Amino acid sequence: MQASLSLSVASHASPAALARSNHSSASFAPVNLRFCGLRREAFGFSDLKQSESRRVCPSSARRWKAAVSALASDNGSAPKSFDYDLLIIGAGVGGHGAALHAVEKGLKTAIVEGDVVGGTCVNRGCVPSKALLAVSGRMREFQTEHHLKALGLQVSAAGYDRQGVADHANNLATKIRNNLTNSMKALGVDILTGVGTILGPHKVKVGSSNVVTAKDVIIATGSVPFVPKGIEVDGKTVITSDHALKLEFVPDWIAIIGSGYIGLEFSDVYTALGSEVTFVEALDQLMPGFDPEIGKLAQRVLINPRKIDYHTGVFASKITPAKDGKPVTIELIDAKTKEPKETLEVDAALIATGRAPFTQGLGLENINVATQRGFIPVDERMRVIDANGKLVPHIYCIGDANGKMMLAHAASAQGISVVEQVTGRDHVLNHLSIPAACFTHPEISMVGLTEPQAREKADKEGFEISVAKTSFKANTKALAENEGEGLAKLIYRPDNGEILGVHIFGLHAADLIHEASNAIALGTRIQDIKFAVHAHPTLSEVLDELFKSAKVKAQVSSPVSEPVAV
Amino acid sequence: MVSPFLAKATVGSAISFSSSVSASLPWRFSHPSSAAFPRRRRISTVEAKIREIFMPALSSTMTEGKIVSWVKSEGDVLSKGGSVWVVESDKADMDVETFYDGILAAIVVPEGETAPVGAPIGLLAETEDEVAEAKAKAAANSSSSSAASASGSPSPPPPTSTAAPAISQPSPLLPTAKPASDGPRKVVATPYAKKLAKQHKVDIGSVVGTGPFGRITAADVEAKAGIAPSKSTISAASAPASSTAAAPPPPKASSGGSGSLPPPLPGSTIVPFTTMQAAVSKNMVESLSVPTFRVCYPVTTDALDALYEKVKPKGVTMTALLAKATAMALTQHPVVNASCKDSKSFTYNSNINIAVAVAINGGLITPVLQDADKMDLYLLSQKWKELVEKARSKQLQPHEYNSGTFTLSNLGMFGVDRFDAILPPGQGAIMAVGASKPVVVADVDGFFSVKSKMLVNVTADHRIVYGADLASFLQTFAKIIQNPDSLTL
Repeated sequence: MQASLSLSVASHASPAALARSNHSSASFAPVNLRFCGLRREAFGFSDLKQSESRRVCPSSARRWKAAVSALASDNGSAPKSFDYDLLIIGAGVGGHGAALHAVEKGLKTAIVEGDVVGGTCVNRGCVPSKALLAVSGRMREFQTEHHLKALGLQVSAAGYDRQGVADHANNLATKIRNNLTNSMKALGVDILTGVGTILGPHKVKVGSSNVVTAKDVIIATGSVPFVPKGIEVDGKTVITSDHALKLEFVPDWIAIIGSGYIGLEFSDVYTALGSEVTFVEALDQLMPGFDPEIGKLAQRVLINPRKIDYHTGVFASKITPAKDGKPVTIELIDAKTKEPKETLEVDAALIATGRAPFTQGLGLENINVATQRGFIPVDERMRVIDANGKLVPHIYCIGDANGKMMLAHAASAQGISVVEQVTGRDHVLNHLSIPAACFTHPEISMVGLTEPQAREKADKEGFEISVAKTSFKANTKALAENEGEGLAKLIYRPDNGEILGVHIFGLHAADLIHEASNAIALGTRIQDIKFAVHAHPTLSEVLDELFKSAKVKAQVSSPVSEPVAV
Repeated sequence: MVSPFLAKATVGSAISFSSSVSASLPWRFSHPSSAAFPRRRRISTVEAKIREIFMPALSSTMTEGKIVSWVKSEGDVLSKGGSVWVVESDKADMDVETFYDGILAAIVVPEGETAPVGAPIGLLAETEDEVAEAKAKAAANSSSSSAASASGSPSPPPPTSTAAPAISQPSPLLPTAKPASDGPRKVVATPYAKKLAKQHKVDIGSVVGTGPFGRITAADVEAKAGIAPSKSTISAASAPASSTAAAPPPPKASSGGSGSLPPPLPGSTIVPFTTMQAAVSKNMVESLSVPTFRVCYPVTTDALDALYEKVKPKGVTMTALLAKATAMALTQHPVVNASCKDSKSFTYNSNINIAVAVAINGGLITPVLQDADKMDLYLLSQKWKELVEKARSKQLQPHEYNSGTFTLSNLGMFGVDRFDAILPPGQGAIMAVGASKPVVVADVDGFFSVKSKMLVNVTADHRIVYGADLASFLQTFAKIIQNPDSLTL
């Protein structure tokens, strides 16, 4: 924004440049309203390309901008035959993202929430866990004497107050929840309190009696922690992430069942706060789902040097909470043979075996929809599919409830995609462009395919892939922070420069991934993005170096068409 | 003493991963469990021209390494500085180079398998002629090692070179979750305890758990290994805050103290502690939590001095004499050789290991004379010389400086007549020995005579050792010194 302003002021700027800069400022303006604006840049990008031929004059662009903001401040007018244009069931991050975009598109929108606004992410997930991880990151720093010493720092006896840490997490959740609620209220989204039940097409019952009608309905009911059979959760010594985030006690020794994102993040928190951790993983490898190379490195940094051990290839067949002076017992069986292996005795067990969709009381039977493993079946446009395999008109499902990609920002992106469709613009979300991050210390992030997935795809479709890697050890900023441990990995097609996947393990990896995810979303090729300039010295140069180290045969596809004077 | 030396010592050995066989002999024989490695002795007969390639220690925490790949194969000519194989440690994958020219005669540990640090993983022959010989050695070697593992020794399994191709098994990654001895007693150890046990080569099955539900905690392993809790102090400081719901304010004692210190005087210089000095500092501060008391006792040393003159030409040192005498006295007073780990119980040590404080280059270390009561005086003196040499060259293995059960500190050579010693954490008592000086003594009949006397001052943990215990121990000790002939038996 800053750059475009200075361009228009410059007297010798070309008309095209002037028009472009103004236009982009118009189309970028509403970005601030978004909670999650994944495709936002994509729209801007395509507009930007058109503008070069259209030559929009500055004044008309300004008018367009005004129109947009007028729309954005008003929740539309009620449609003729329905109470609302769009009704969203579930006010989590997915529903919120959809609601905001719907208002912007001029739809009269209502959102139904049976519990608290914010859903899992804000109240029992990403948000409070980030508060705990912020604490664990600092505790870790204070505890690594050699690390501090290398920086010339002296910190004696780092300690923490459990209640203070728990309060921080709770306060953060409250704050974000209020932000979310206020952002919707400010736009005039109707927040209907009560459990939403679909009675039939266009008809939803909210609470016990209130029935509302809407042209389109989005199901965004999310998920709850999945607790396998045989595990007795008492909320005190055998807990799920819901309880763990309240941090009611820090056990000396906790077993974490499952070594995915949730388990890993909690292992980071608990070990920083002084607990010892035992992982129980059903698969043969810890951290399944991560790129194997990143997983291996992550294990060296996040698991091996810490007070963590693990059992892989085993199921926890029975977990009994601590009672009558006995510890928590965990019976392990071999994941393949089902033979009993051994019994662990620990102070607490955290069940992090994934999440199960929450569709209870949603009234799916009224629209003849049968869940598959609990998930609501949808097509690539998030349209709900009924038991006969037919699309259910005007009913969509986004987020964890459809199980496509159980991430808050994926839900939001899906919601925005749905709103695009119901307002007449066909849109299919590219899930391969959605980044994911695990907020351990250091962080892990990824977008697109893992190396094995890419190789499989390459074999099937008959193209070559290459892998480029750069280390954080060569990055000035990382070294200044004394955090040189890390790796960025790029999987790409050497023939055309397409980015297939990027995986980062290192300081602020979660923030670094977006350059790659945006490139994938926009279809930017390596040969183009490698010319983009990165401020020095920043961690973003890790990706700069990564792109530059890729060997692409294709030529630069769209060179700067006209010189821009400065 | 804590482990600063471990780091230095092992890193030092990594520099020359491939050294001639004879050079590594002392280490091998000093290894307490060398019986479990019969093949090693066999190798020791190999001439120096066939060199062993060792698993190097690539980091201070590395205890074993996995061979990711052999860059060279058997029969390849190696040149100095070339990569030979790739090792996966707990930290990273690294190429390992050779420091010698030669021929890779035999691969003892194939790809994908794991070997403990210091174990031979291949043989390097200098010339073609020696290749066959080396191969024979390797074969003999592997057969005996597989025999050793077949006999089911509970010690960490030596790398076996099975004929089967290296099927990569994630063995190094799997923690030693199951204690080797699957006896009737169920061993429950926390993850960190297991890690420490592996690091310090402590058999987890032999550790007595004092944690909740009788589980083995890191502190138990540290106590067994004879080291003071090191890293864990920080998280331990936070533990009280974590385990109680009331959440008392974080410990402030030391932070508040450092904040209120007066600024240093102008012109003064601040020299930060070395790792060893920091360890000493930490140990000394920790010792404040133990209630100690001291008992001083005069000992007539004329007979000891006379004996010393006699055995000195045979290489016996005063330190060895004192250690031997102390050990003999301790056999009669096991409580002085005991320690108190948890303020709840006595831990009686089965061995009498005399640690002797030695000052070196601004540091302080306590090499340990293990089983000092069982070894004869001459062996003890020889052992002591070895230990001092190792301490100077920073080659002490952890068990050689942290397994003490009783400490001896002697400042007599400086003319100090008596002093107080601070009790090292994890031990029950420490003896401070002053100089022996002639004093005028009146006997029961009123006759005056001049006798050499030295004052020994023992500091002990009063939770387990009481005044009478210490006094009677000192009485025994004085008797042994005054009739020292038993020392030479």
